[in-house]
Amino acid sequence: MGEKWNKGLLGWIDARFPLSKMWYEHLAEYYAPKNFNFWYYFGSLALMVLVLQILTGVWLTMNYKPDAGMAFNSVEYIMRDVNWGWLIRYMHSTGASMFFIVVYLHMFRGLIYGSFKKPRELIWIFGMIIYVCLMAEAFMGYLLPWGQMSYWGAQVIISLFGAIPGIGDALALWIRGDFVVADATLNRFFAFHVIAVPIVLLALVVLHILALHEVGSNNPDGVEIKKHKDENGIPLDGIPFHPYYTVKDIVGVVVFLIIFSIIVFFMPEMGGWFLERDNFIPADPLKTPEHIVPLWYFTPFYAILRAVPDKFLGVVAMGGAIFVLFLLPWLDRSPVRSIRYRGSIYKIAIGVFVISFIALGYLGTQPATTLYTNLARFFSLMYFGFFASLLIIPRFEKTKPVPDRVTS
Amino acid sequence: MKKQIIAILLTIAPLWVFAAGSQGPHLDKANIDPNNIQSLQRGAGLFVNYCLSCHSASLMRYEHMGKDLGIEETMVSENLIFTGGKIGDLMTVATAPADSKTWFGTVPPDLTVIARARGVDWLYTYLRSFYRDDSRHIGTNNLVFPDVGMPNVLWELQGVQEPVITTRKEQDGTRTKEVSLELVEPGLLTPTEFDRAVRDLVNYLDYMGEPAKHERRELGTKVILFLLMFLVLAYLLKREFWKDVH
Repeated sequence: MGEKWNKGLLGWIDARFPLSKMWYEHLAEYYAPKNFNFWYYFGSLALMVLVLQILTGVWLTMNYKPDAGMAFNSVEYIMRDVNWGWLIRYMHSTGASMFFIVVYLHMFRGLIYGSFKKPRELIWIFGMIIYVCLMAEAFMGYLLPWGQMSYWGAQVIISLFGAIPGIGDALALWIRGDFVVADATLNRFFAFHVIAVPIVLLALVVLHILALHEVGSNNPDGVEIKKHKDENGIPLDGIPFHPYYTVKDIVGVVVFLIIFSIIVFFMPEMGGWFLERDNFIPADPLKTPEHIVPLWYFTPFYAILRAVPDKFLGVVAMGGAIFVLFLLPWLDRSPVRSIRYRGSIYKIAIGVFVISFIALGYLGTQPATTLYTNLARFFSLMYFGFFASLLIIPRFEKTKPVPDRVTS
Repeated sequence: MKKQIIAILLTIAPLWVFAAGSQGPHLDKANIDPNNIQSLQRGAGLFVNYCLSCHSASLMRYEHMGKDLGIEETMVSENLIFTGGKIGDLMTVATAPADSKTWFGTVPPDLTVIARARGVDWLYTYLRSFYRDDSRHIGTNNLVFPDVGMPNVLWELQGVQEPVITTRKEQDGTRTKEVSLELVEPGLLTPTEFDRAVRDLVNYLDYMGEPAKHERRELGTKVILFLLMFLVLAYLLKREFWKDVH
């Protein structure tokens, strides 16, 4: 490695910095299984959306004013008086929602192919921390336009901390920096949104990828490609990430960008799901909107929160719904990774989980009527029931024989 | 895998149906045509004459409007700016907020992005739903926005409406009250002309809510065409490379 180009400028750099070494280790000689399918586009897409969010974010920051008296107007200033401001802003607002779509699909891939199982537990853990950071990033970013939904959404979510016995109220006050969401809150959220959280996110992404490249990628068959190597120590079912997956991911990126562009250019509000109507009304601390809804990507957890009659226990359940995902590698102990070779009982459990998650997501957007609350309770039980069932399913599950090498 | 995707899609499908269901009063369709430049120009005229004396549009510049709607600068300065402002100014309002509060009970909201907050159908219906209500100090009320602080500023054009209450028996025996409005004093415009005028005004409000909309759609078509061509190349490149993967 690195020996091939040991002359000229690159040789000079390589003697001082592992440039070629990194290139080979992570791209040209990183052997990925050759049977990646549709679900394997979302990792590289998530990385691309992250870069897109950072770049558009930097340019938005050039004209945005983190000041309660100016924030709303500065966003509209970007939308009409800044050259290409509307495009940058829509890319950023659409990118936020698309980030969650991509990340949810990426996580689902990990779930169905058992990519979180030994020896990839840390990849999963890093990924989960990324997900939690992403939620914090999105939540704080959503306050910045300073519209009614920004303001009241933040008010509701921060007040949840108030439910913690003893320290709750003091904690909520400490987070807001004022008795209600106000200029101080906006300023600190801005600082976290543009500096603190992005730095943590980038570091975590590096850890996530380093951990992945240490153990190698899983695949839709859930078999370990490193078990069968040729005389040079190259996995028989592996192909170099570059050029094979770089050219393949370009196709994925273009398809993604087409969908992304359709939203950005033709339906940036996405029917009120990506940009809510009430957020075009400036924040007014004296006027509560009729119907406060968190952004769609938080609604499954919001529905769980509301399903529990006690506020504190609701917060615990909501936190638990996220925390339980961290435990996945230790809950599901089946030696079979991929859903392809697992029993039908497991497939049903996954189906129930997906339906519960989506149903909760829908219910979280709706007013809490008796029917909807009961439905939310039912689906919350199904959601947690899925994780509980993972503990017992492997005991009586009839798995299919796992092939030795990857198929197709 | 395919079954799962289908199952997921089937689960999501009803959400859209629910999402489409609306609450609140029945709204008439505004049917605006953002490409109709004359309609936008007429709307701009109505806006500066009837709205801009109490409401501001303080995030919109006269110059921007003139440029987008094909109105020459001198024309804008002479006929559309009543505040003595300059062409590059924002559409602010001279009325002091404190005065507005005394007169209307509330400060009239800024209208720059009102079309994005309320939607064009709501605005179109609201502006046509004022009726005489002598119990209120401003003398009018509104079907879509009960007890609104705003009087019917377009009464001169529309005339005066009064409510007609009819009770309808449902099949299950319950009675529902329906309120409709009847024109009792004609205005300067016929009802058809008035509807058109309101449509023009709403069209303008929609434009002002997002001046970049026209440019956005035009550019979008080009971007997507480019990406589609790029997709063909990217796919061919991928196929070429993957020939030797077995």
